[in-house]
Amino acid sequence: MSAPDLSGLKGQPLPQRPAFQRFLGSTAVSIAIYVAVMALIIYGSFTGAQNMGYNWQWHRVPQFLYSFTEDGFELGEIVYGLFATIQLSATAFALATVLGLLVALLRLSGLVMGTAVSIGFLELIRNIPLLVLLYLFYYVLGPIFGFDRYWASILTLAVFHSALISEIFRAGINAVPKGQWEAAKSIGMSTGQTYRYIILPQSVRFMLPPMTGEAVHLIKSSAIVSVIAVAELTTIGRNIISDTFMSFEIWFTVAAVYMVVTLILSVGVSYLERRYAVDQ
Amino acid sequence: MTGASAPIIEVANLDKFYGDFHALKDVNLTVHQGEKMVICGPSGSGKSTLIRCFNGLEWHNSGRLVIDGVEVHEQSKDMRRLRQEVGMVFQQFNLFPHLTVLENLMIGPMKVRRQGRAQAEATARKYLDRVHIPEQADKYPAQLSGGQQQRVAIARSLCMETRIMLFDEPTSALDPEMINEVLDVMVELAQSGMTMVVVTHEMGFARKVADTMVFMEAGEIVEVSPPDTFFTNPSSERCRLFLDQILEH
Repeated sequence: MSAPDLSGLKGQPLPQRPAFQRFLGSTAVSIAIYVAVMALIIYGSFTGAQNMGYNWQWHRVPQFLYSFTEDGFELGEIVYGLFATIQLSATAFALATVLGLLVALLRLSGLVMGTAVSIGFLELIRNIPLLVLLYLFYYVLGPIFGFDRYWASILTLAVFHSALISEIFRAGINAVPKGQWEAAKSIGMSTGQTYRYIILPQSVRFMLPPMTGEAVHLIKSSAIVSVIAVAELTTIGRNIISDTFMSFEIWFTVAAVYMVVTLILSVGVSYLERRYAVDQ
Repeated sequence: MTGASAPIIEVANLDKFYGDFHALKDVNLTVHQGEKMVICGPSGSGKSTLIRCFNGLEWHNSGRLVIDGVEVHEQSKDMRRLRQEVGMVFQQFNLFPHLTVLENLMIGPMKVRRQGRAQAEATARKYLDRVHIPEQADKYPAQLSGGQQQRVAIARSLCMETRIMLFDEPTSALDPEMINEVLDVMVELAQSGMTMVVVTHEMGFARKVADTMVFMEAGEIVEVSPPDTFFTNPSSERCRLFLDQILEH
């Protein structure tokens, strides 16, 4: 057997992309383009605001975040609004998770009734706009069952997101191999025990990324409850604006606060994900 | 043969269908207490389906199946109790990947048999010793070799203190150099008097431990005989051809 004859010098460089493409693809140029575009947008919006005679008053914004009085350091209204948003979202997310798990288990139960009920629920929720669902809970179901606007908003968010979360659970549960069910059965576990000790712990790994997305989604959609005047971040932002007329500054601030919270959540979960990935 | 002891698995006129496919055809079989039965046959002959019926991973469509005095069928209320008496070792091991070896062995006794942690751990360590890997107790399954994983799977079944052990091609997914360590454990288990039903093509193992050899083809039991007759003078032509094919080299 003879060695293949490939002519060429040892260490000969491979052909490169054209110089122009290399220039555009380099990190420095990418950053420069990014900075230029961002600067253009910011410049445009500021001059636009100037032209309509908007009076920027950024110096008045910090007092709504924090202040120093005789009593010492105090948190501002926006921070309390944020706490309310977090509380509202956390409660709704917990409820949505429980409800989502129930719907997913019903769907996977193999019972004809169970499947029908869960599919019916999914289609109903998925095909009603969130705002209409909120009005239904507040104006219709609220008076009937006697819950207030706070619980109407929690229930709306929980029910709306439980539909999406149940699909995440279903996918996560189905991603666990069938052999795990058989092994658990063969040592005498009941269906409930199999879910609790074998299937769900393994599906957490598959569900963490989409569940984080869902939590972020829920925090953002919680802003909609401001239309029924539940005191949370967006409502408080609106109230501050009607007192101060600083709509540009406050909306920028409120948007930034939402972003900070959801970014922290995403980063925290991707850390968790890496930890879960290690011991598998 | 062990004809003197009581039957522990009784199969009568068993039929099983997957849609239109007739997977088991009128199967009749008796396994006695302490008997070692080896089932072989070409793939698709229904061997796995048959032993999967023995612990309710598959359900038969007609006929009778009585194990340890319990009538096995889909509506039976005794299936969970029965599964605690019938251990199963799978081709693909099916260990729980999120639990350590020790936790894999303890979860059945603790959650199903309601044993305390200390007792479950003592049992787990005892059987881990018996499959010769006590030092792997705190590792996760993915950190073990295939042979070690299969031995953990055997120990997991043993921890339930089962009376019958079913093996569904336990060495088929293993690298060749790991087959013997698993077969050695199975031989020791056979010597301890366990009732075993083994689906395998390891004929060396079969010669060593089997009391009864069963040959299946196309969902039917073609031959049931003691190993000396089975290997030297099988009564059916199909069985002889099959043995020629797998024993040639």
